[in-house]
Amino acid sequence: MLRDARLVVGKDLRLEWRSRVTISQLLPFALLVLVLFAFALDPDREILAEATPGLFWLAVLFSTLLAIQRAFAVETVDGIVDALRLSGLDPAGIFLGKAAGIALHLLVVEVALGVGVTVMYGTSPSGPLLLVCTALAATAGLAAAGSLYGVLAAGLRVRDTLLPILWLPVVAPVLLAATEAFAAAYDQASGAGWRWCGLLAAFALLYSLIGIFAFEPLLEES
Amino acid sequence: MTSPSTGSRAGFLRMHPDGTASYGSRVLGSVLLVAIALFLLVALVTSPPDTSEADAMGDLVRIMYVHVPVAIACYTAFLVTALASAMYLWKRTEGWDALAAASAEVGVVFTALTLATGSIWGHTTWGTWWEWDPRLTSTALMFVMYLGYLALRRAVIDPVSRAKQSAILGLVAFVNVPIVHFSVDWWRSLHQKATISRFDPAIEGQKLFALMFGMVLALLAYAWLMLHRFRLQWAEAQVEAKGLDVALAERRAEARADSDPIPEGVNS
Repeated sequence: MLRDARLVVGKDLRLEWRSRVTISQLLPFALLVLVLFAFALDPDREILAEATPGLFWLAVLFSTLLAIQRAFAVETVDGIVDALRLSGLDPAGIFLGKAAGIALHLLVVEVALGVGVTVMYGTSPSGPLLLVCTALAATAGLAAAGSLYGVLAAGLRVRDTLLPILWLPVVAPVLLAATEAFAAAYDQASGAGWRWCGLLAAFALLYSLIGIFAFEPLLEES
Repeated sequence: MTSPSTGSRAGFLRMHPDGTASYGSRVLGSVLLVAIALFLLVALVTSPPDTSEADAMGDLVRIMYVHVPVAIACYTAFLVTALASAMYLWKRTEGWDALAAASAEVGVVFTALTLATGSIWGHTTWGTWWEWDPRLTSTALMFVMYLGYLALRRAVIDPVSRAKQSAILGLVAFVNVPIVHFSVDWWRSLHQKATISRFDPAIEGQKLFALMFGMVLALLAYAWLMLHRFRLQWAEAQVEAKGLDVALAERRAEARADSDPIPEGVNS
């Protein structure tokens, strides 16, 4: 399973390396969202700095949608799904591989966004350990749920409009928990933050398990 | 599951050939109508207002007799969807899929009613139509989640794919309900102002009776709606399957017509 996951991640990263979609589209999009937030909220630095954790994770959420769509768009053309099914790869491995691919893309976006909010919103990060753990746990949860719902929507003609309505309510707790944990880290009140971080880890674990078991039947139908 | 509407089976559940009603559903519907009239009398007239404590709800308590029962009916509906989804994944028979679909749709209606009554209650208590109360917030998210479920059902054309995908989604969505509820509850408990009065007054005597009466009625209304909705879903599935058969027969007839007089000089 893990070997298959590594193969799928390797393939996705190679695709990314050759097409550079994340670098050339996802990162600019994420930064654009930061600028748009500043327009919407009046670049009065107080509001932006106060709302930084929420805006950061909202930007991550929107970027994740694009990353999921990209991750499964490359699988649905030219009957690649059938090829994947015939390849003999363990479906659980494919799921973990796709999720890990999305997660790696997201981590790059998050680093860029972190620099972005620090520079543009004038927030100074604190509590680095909590920030990193939260980011890792939240990313794992977003990617696992994203991979699950991505394959569910992948074979449909309306996938681009259906995915957000299916996936966003599911990851609403991730947005909530990650925002609260980041806010706690910024306020240097990390006690409550670690509880939220635990919730994020539990979410990631739960959706990884669901994905491992549900990916095979969903892949058959996509 | 077998067909709910085999014409030869006489009795309580036999359906009218052109509709979803049966003798049983008509009786249930009539009982329900009378009971609702009685319920309104109890809930609005004979039961006393809430005056138990200093911050009692007064006449506002009456909205609880509707709000709490419809909320319970919506959770019941989604539980049925989840169970039917699990049963579909196990048995792979279309009856379970139809049950899951019907229950989700009825559940969404009850969720909308829960939100509406909760909001009306909030308007008179808090002065705003919407407050970020944990229960309202998580119910709103649940509402959207099941709208997504129904959207998926509309988006998949192949009946077997649709049944399988929605069964998995129906299960996952139900697993997600407590996560959403827990996280939102936790979120609001950190911020909640103490002045917001809670939605749990002391209920006893006539008020308890009105609440219980409301719950029985909401569950009966759920059952009545389900009878009709399930039969409609079943009929839709039959039409779909028949449409496919008809189309197949037509294509076969076309193919036969094309191939019957083999043109000369063509070896196929």
